[in-house]
Amino acid sequence: MNAKKTRKAGGIGQLMIPLIALGVLILFNLIRDPGFFSISLSNTGVLTGNLVSVIDSASELAIIAMGMTLVTASCGGQDISVGAVGAIAGSIFVCTLQAMGRITIWSVILGIIFCIGVAIMFCCFNGTLVSVFKIQPMIATLILFSCGRSIAYWFSGSATPQLSSPIIVAMGITIPGIPVPTPIFAVVLMGILLSLVFRFTNLRLYTQSVGINQGAARLNGINPVMIKMLSFVILGVCVAIAGVIGVSRIGQIAHQTLLVEIEMDAILAVAIGGNSLGGGRFRVVGSVIGAYIIKMLTITLYAMSVAPANVKAYKAIVIILIVLAGSPVIRNRAAVLLNRFRIGKETKAAAKGVN
Amino acid sequence: MKRREPLTNTQLLMTIAIGIFIGMYALAMAFLGGGFLKAQQFFDILNDNSFLILLGCALTIVMIGGGINISVGGVVGLTVMACALYLNGTNIENSTLSISVTLLLALGIGLAFGIGQGFLISYMEIQPFIVTLAGMFLARGLTTMLSIYPVKVTHEGFKELVKQKLQIPFLGYIAKNGNLIPAKLEIGAIVALVMLILTWYLLKHVKLGRDIYALGGNQQSALMLGINVKRSRFLSYVISGFLSGLAGFVYLLHMPAGKADTANASEMDAIAASIIGGTLLTGGVGNVFGTFFGVLILATIKKIIVLSPLNDSWWQDMASGAMLGFFILLQSIVLSTREKRKIKAADKAALQKG
Repeated sequence: MNAKKTRKAGGIGQLMIPLIALGVLILFNLIRDPGFFSISLSNTGVLTGNLVSVIDSASELAIIAMGMTLVTASCGGQDISVGAVGAIAGSIFVCTLQAMGRITIWSVILGIIFCIGVAIMFCCFNGTLVSVFKIQPMIATLILFSCGRSIAYWFSGSATPQLSSPIIVAMGITIPGIPVPTPIFAVVLMGILLSLVFRFTNLRLYTQSVGINQGAARLNGINPVMIKMLSFVILGVCVAIAGVIGVSRIGQIAHQTLLVEIEMDAILAVAIGGNSLGGGRFRVVGSVIGAYIIKMLTITLYAMSVAPANVKAYKAIVIILIVLAGSPVIRNRAAVLLNRFRIGKETKAAAKGVN
Repeated sequence: MKRREPLTNTQLLMTIAIGIFIGMYALAMAFLGGGFLKAQQFFDILNDNSFLILLGCALTIVMIGGGINISVGGVVGLTVMACALYLNGTNIENSTLSISVTLLLALGIGLAFGIGQGFLISYMEIQPFIVTLAGMFLARGLTTMLSIYPVKVTHEGFKELVKQKLQIPFLGYIAKNGNLIPAKLEIGAIVALVMLILTWYLLKHVKLGRDIYALGGNQQSALMLGINVKRSRFLSYVISGFLSGLAGFVYLLHMPAGKADTANASEMDAIAASIIGGTLLTGGVGNVFGTFFGVLILATIKKIIVLSPLNDSWWQDMASGAMLGFFILLQSIVLSTREKRKIKAADKAALQKG
């Protein structure tokens, strides 16, 4: 009972800063323009509004951030090739659909399975370099980062074929009759899957122990190589799904722009979520909240009519503020101040009691 | 019995990089001929990549200290844009003054980024990756705020400076019409080479440089030795920022125009060059001369692909990716076998003693 309680308390402590940041962003928007959160049903029967577009457009980022959290926790480093691998997965998806000829439910399912397989393969390449050859994750994934999009180009060629089919539209935008954009369901599904995995297996414990002290984990009978590979495999699944969503959203493969620069945003989401980038304890929920914070910030800036190219500068300042609030130095200072305040109160109360 | 001192890991990795560069260049000379037989080709590689050499130095310093700086490309972009705008806005009559102010502006931008990031990383203890990523976003955002459109430098004095080249007649070649065309080295390349040597001196023979090595090797031991860890880390980022500001100025000297995507993703090239040259991201190991050869290797691959029948941008990416993968694997294998041999030798010594 006691152990459970402390664990829960620790979890909330980690999520506090991202939740406060999200709250401040929402409050800021409420004060700035109360109409920001209005949601309406468009004439095609789809929910529209800023909030919906935040949640919808953050889907790929949230899914990749989930996988990135695991890799970060187990390896103590980040995969910077996710955007490139996503582009490869997307082009494999498109290639499969084209090879099958007509786009049917079955060809789409086959395409998804195929592209998940290929993405897992590429992520296993990264995973092997990281776990077997003990190369820093960022360096190991730099290889695919620099040539992944070229491999995607190799698969799909220079043509950018259009995928015009109601099934693709249903996957990327909305299913007719359901007012919520489909990518949101993908995030929910991935979230449920991951939480089931954590609920019924020891993956969380094992990942954390490998991330905190690999040698100690090995001596306790955990195979670090396997755990690291597993985290890369999960990342591969996440990346493939994000790639498929990205392709279905625009209905074509653009190997240069699909999931471009998402690796940086995903790492930011992990950091904003309060996870240590050096590995160890992690909360996937934190990263997902981080992903929504990033998209919320972007959409807020757009709503304030900041030019899209300039958004990055404001984003950088807010990110620094959030990370600064979570930094150990500031936290310790705050704790000391809080303690002094508390002690002062106690002595006052004690003085009163004596009187 | 006196034994020869064995090579350190740094020296071994650097020697491999130099050997591969020489081998690659020799093969290019033998099979592609043409441009590679002229000394100018080598100087062109230096001229085109002078800013990358500076960025490589900037990253090597930070990486030896166990950190990372991915804002360097963004800082170059911002510096180039700001300097181009300043040069176009200034009066042309006193060109020496305006050019020196431009140089100061470039160094100032770099230093400002270095100081800000160094403070956040070493005194606020935030992860370097996140801080410098935010720095990159900030620099790129500020660049587009200054101007979304390309800005061409119209300042006459600066244009003159761009045309200045060091001529090396004895390395020249004889053109078809019989004239001797001397090999040319740009000012930027000279600046880069001078800074390379200065950085090497700083890292090897100045207390700060030794402190950075110690801090990257083991922060705890460095602290125990009485090294001011926080200050050394802070200064390593400041130097890195200074070098990236200078790299921006050198970039402008090579290509006098500012664009929103100047030096895009060059931080990754600089990281790759440092790794190829034998610097480890874990810190404590590295040498700027290795980085220099790393830059040369990457540039030579690109040149070879351009001259070969496979001239396509995606072949360039694939080749540099493959090269990087090869070097990373090689390093990992070399380091682990050396480690194993060391352990074996220690075991043997212990057995003999016991």
